[in-house]
Amino acid sequence: MIPAPFDYVAPSTVDEAVRALADAGEDAKVLAGGQSLLPVLRMRLAAPTTVVDLGKIGELKGVRDEGDAVVIGAMTTHYDVQRDPLVHDHALLLARATDTVADPQVRHRGTFGGSLAHADPAGDLLAPALALDAEMVVQGTGGRRTVSAAEFFQDFFTTSLAPEDILVEVRVPKHTGWSAHYEKFNRVAQAWSMVAVAATVRAEGGTIAEARIGLTNMASIPVRATAVEQALVGRSADAETIRAAAEHAAEGTSPTVDGNADVEYRQHLAKVLTGRAVESAMAG
Amino acid sequence: MTAMAEPEVGRARVRKEDERLITGRTRWTDNIALPGLVHMAFLRSPTAHARITAIDTSAAKEMPGVIAVYTGDDLDPGGEVGMPNAWPITPDQKTPRRPMLAQGTVNFAGEAVAVVIARSAAEAEDALAEIDVDYDDLPVVLGVDDAVADGAPLVHEDMGTNTSAEWIFDSAEAGSGGDVQQAISSSEVVVTRRFRQQRLVPAFMEPRSVVVDPTAPQLTMWSATQVPHILKTMVAMTLGLPEHQVRVIAPDVGGGFGGKLAVTPEECAAVVVAQKLGKPVKWTESRSETMVSAHHGRDQMQDITISASRDGTITGLKVDLLADMGAYLGIVGGGVPVLGAFMFNAIYKIPAYRFSCTTVFTNTTLTDAYRGAGRPEATFAIERIMDELAAELGMDPMELREKNWIKHDEFPYTTVSTLTYDSGNYEAATAKAMQLFDYDGLRREQRERRERGDRVQLGIGISTFTEMCGLAPSRVLGSLDYGAGGWEHAAIRMLPTGKVEVVTGASPHGQGHETAWSQIVADQLGVGFDDIEILHGDTQSSHKGLDTYGSRSLTVGGIAVVKAAEKVIAKARKVAAHLMEASEDDLEFADGKFTVRGTDTSTAIQDVALAVFAAHDLPEGVEPTLDSEAVFDPENFSFPHGTHLCATEVDTETGRVRLRSYVCVDDIGKVINPLIVEGQMHGGLAQGVAQALFEEAVYDEFGTLTSGTFADYLVPSTMDLPSFTTDRTETAATSNPLGVKGVGEAGTIASTPAVVNAVVDAVRHHGVDDIEMPLSPMRVWRAVHKGDAAAGGPGAEAGGGLGSIDSAHGGAQ
Ligand SMILES: Cc1cc2nc3c(=O)[nH]c(=O)nc-3n(C[C@H](O)[C@H](O)[C@H](O)COP(=O)(O)OP(=O)(O)OC[C@H]3O[C@@H](n4cnc5c(N)ncnc54)[C@H](O)[C@@H]3O)c2cc1C
Repeated sequence: MIPAPFDYVAPSTVDEAVRALADAGEDAKVLAGGQSLLPVLRMRLAAPTTVVDLGKIGELKGVRDEGDAVVIGAMTTHYDVQRDPLVHDHALLLARATDTVADPQVRHRGTFGGSLAHADPAGDLLAPALALDAEMVVQGTGGRRTVSAAEFFQDFFTTSLAPEDILVEVRVPKHTGWSAHYEKFNRVAQAWSMVAVAATVRAEGGTIAEARIGLTNMASIPVRATAVEQALVGRSADAETIRAAAEHAAEGTSPTVDGNADVEYRQHLAKVLTGRAVESAMAG
Repeated sequence: MTAMAEPEVGRARVRKEDERLITGRTRWTDNIALPGLVHMAFLRSPTAHARITAIDTSAAKEMPGVIAVYTGDDLDPGGEVGMPNAWPITPDQKTPRRPMLAQGTVNFAGEAVAVVIARSAAEAEDALAEIDVDYDDLPVVLGVDDAVADGAPLVHEDMGTNTSAEWIFDSAEAGSGGDVQQAISSSEVVVTRRFRQQRLVPAFMEPRSVVVDPTAPQLTMWSATQVPHILKTMVAMTLGLPEHQVRVIAPDVGGGFGGKLAVTPEECAAVVVAQKLGKPVKWTESRSETMVSAHHGRDQMQDITISASRDGTITGLKVDLLADMGAYLGIVGGGVPVLGAFMFNAIYKIPAYRFSCTTVFTNTTLTDAYRGAGRPEATFAIERIMDELAAELGMDPMELREKNWIKHDEFPYTTVSTLTYDSGNYEAATAKAMQLFDYDGLRREQRERRERGDRVQLGIGISTFTEMCGLAPSRVLGSLDYGAGGWEHAAIRMLPTGKVEVVTGASPHGQGHETAWSQIVADQLGVGFDDIEILHGDTQSSHKGLDTYGSRSLTVGGIAVVKAAEKVIAKARKVAAHLMEASEDDLEFADGKFTVRGTDTSTAIQDVALAVFAAHDLPEGVEPTLDSEAVFDPENFSFPHGTHLCATEVDTETGRVRLRSYVCVDDIGKVINPLIVEGQMHGGLAQGVAQALFEEAVYDEFGTLTSGTFADYLVPSTMDLPSFTTDRTETAATSNPLGVKGVGEAGTIASTPAVVNAVVDAVRHHGVDDIEMPLSPMRVWRAVHKGDAAAGGPGAEAGGGLGSIDSAHGGAQ
């Protein structure tokens, strides 16, 4: 459980980091909070020749207000996301989901950007990012570009990031005043999700004006439950409507099988948990 | 008149050990640093069963920092060394040789194949990748049923069978009861079940670690072990070393739960390597190594039949076990299920009993003692089937138990499995537990939820358990062909300044012996708690002992301490009488003082210690020492018992189980330190709950452990457990002078069936009469919705988290 030897660089700007990655070639790895990368290195499932630590790059940390969006630096820790007032006011769903990640130690080191870049389908922040139509700001050798969440996640542990790309920040469009709930189902408290549902809704009176639902671990990438959203919008938020809408939750999903759940059970859970997530979100 | 000092025994003292442990001011084995120390790393087999056709170590030897690379043949050219099995359960038991490093074949994935020695641990690990082993795969045998099937591939071809031994107890033959077959065939009600005790990982906090220093004639081994004394003798015997030239030190050890009572190939290899190189060596395992190569626990198939008359009187009990030993026998190995043989009849009066157990080899990591060792398995089966019998009879499960248990006024009671329970009061513990739990109120709520068709159903689970602990009377062990006795040693040294050193042969690894022993000695000798130091775990200072397991430390080792203290006082009395010019018979000893009866002339034991040290004026023929030692061999086991009640809420839509409340009232006899008892109960309960709900070592069809990290092997945290309500009744054991019984395993033994009974009770109206452990949400949901009584999950793969980082996906992108 000792990683294979590697060179270590800790640049202080994003530009330097991109250059360091480009110089090191295919076998370089970015280190953020290390909460996913270090186990991989220690189990020698990966053996990069160079590790580029983003920990010293101040511009990657923190949350700022940019008019119609909240912008979260990739190196902002889960702990800081959980407590950030901008996130609370304009992207409550993300705060709620972050509350459920791991344990306090992990939340103090793990980062929002690291979670998205790692792209574990069982990770809890992918579905909220998708549901909130987040955009990833990526910097590579060719400069900066913006990638939508829908394009960003490509497969198990795979994103559209090229080897020399760095995820710089995430722009989350404001969902001011939306209520939200993240319904996570796991076996022990500090574990990853077997299935989870990210739901955020905007109500007008007793009616659901808008709804965004994302599913965690129901495919190799996060899934948007659009059929559920459509079945909710414009309806009154009564138990029967929610239950009927939640019945659509498994549509278009292709979950994996593991010792905790097979496909049938995961799809069943997705429906039950979607109902509960929407109910809890409506309840505030 | 001086006021009596408040007794130390019974005080909830904070443990002496804790400050150094929680502030990191101790030295674990891995912290030992010696001049010239070199590091070992083991290459482990990725495959479960294969012939090794070639090992090429030449490239590894060229790696930076590498000092040597050895294979099994290098360490043991004659193929003679085998790890010890100290408990051949039958004369014809088959005991395959377990080498230090695989020779010829590998028999489980994780078996060590070669060892690299390098200047640093990192360099040693780097070089592992350069060793080239050619494996010729052999068929893999997994699961006891398959292993005993006709034509099954063999783990050890030369043995001709996968069966190690068959051990039988029959009450008709033993004369302790009737013929079970007859009882069953003539009974009104018969209930049969097959329970699976899944395989568990002991999951101690500190990984195993060993350091060997061969540079003095007496070789020193530090090891994170529960059993330094056994290790010393066994290493000497196994490797043919003169025993007096081996010293073993167990420094502070971070947990064991039975997982560290082994004598391991790694420890033996460390000795051989250190001697070959003439340099001190260290090996500390990673958690991944623990998971595949330290012994596992449980893993039994239990076929159990109970018979009764319509009124609920039990008439017979029959148990047939298949116990998975893994690829080899560990030090106790086949003895684990045999220990359980005495506990299936539990607290009940059962007129006829038959137990058979077949120990079986498979291509998996070996199993051996794990917290409770045989007794949790037995307790689970009997307490589960009591609930099933109650359901069959339409009786309240507590009423059924009460009808059959041994009444308080029937003690001492000799059971159908021939043990004599000295004492017990099941009525008192149960009454207290029922009241704390609000049994009637919860039953009412259960009815209401059922009637409402609530999506969350409530269930109540009972476990009225007993266990045999305080291992063990030596003659009983002899009758079971165990390779050693069950006594324990203690010595007390009275220092000139009146301070006291206590040497114990028990070997703490988290239990708090230093605190408890100090409390005992403080009361015995009337000296201050802080004036006592407990010495343990180093065979040079604590030269004699049988270590810590089987809840034996207090009931055997603690009594040895009392006996040694009595000898100190007897010696001191002679000297005190001489000093005060009184007759020995006129002296009273209390609160650390000898007082001449009826006077206020007294002398403190500390003053006597100083006088003896000076030795200027001692009575004729008295040796100048108060130091004393004692070895205590118990007459009998002790039999703690308790009533555990668990309420669970089962979400029938998702299958999730939530523990709503847990009450246990345990009777562990006299309590030395209630805080330590509380800690043992909480930890024990957590481990027992974990077996019921969370933990399982899972192998895939190739014999690869798929639950090889803590992301997949689910150890619960406080977040997953309820706030336990623990209480006690106190029925003193009559088999030892302190009246103590032992608490180390109680929580683990009792809680597993309480939890499973509660879950089954919650959903019994859905037609569920069993769910396989661990009760994962999927298994519970399936049981409820498919009426699938067996309710096994797909099981072959672990799920989620780090387990989903596989090499195909390369982990992170
Ligand atoms: C015990 C434990 C429990 C956990 N439980 C949960 C849980 O319940 N839910 C959950 O969602 N997660 C959980 N995690 C994972 C945790 O959230 C991690 O922090 C997260 O997945 C990765 O973030 P990190 O900052 O640690 O990234 P790292 O581990 O440093 O990196 C992860 C990967 O992303 C890449 N990367 C990181 N940052 C960037 C960047 N800015 N640009 C380009 N590439 C980048 C790295 O190269 C690496 O491949 C758990 C982790 C642990 C150790």
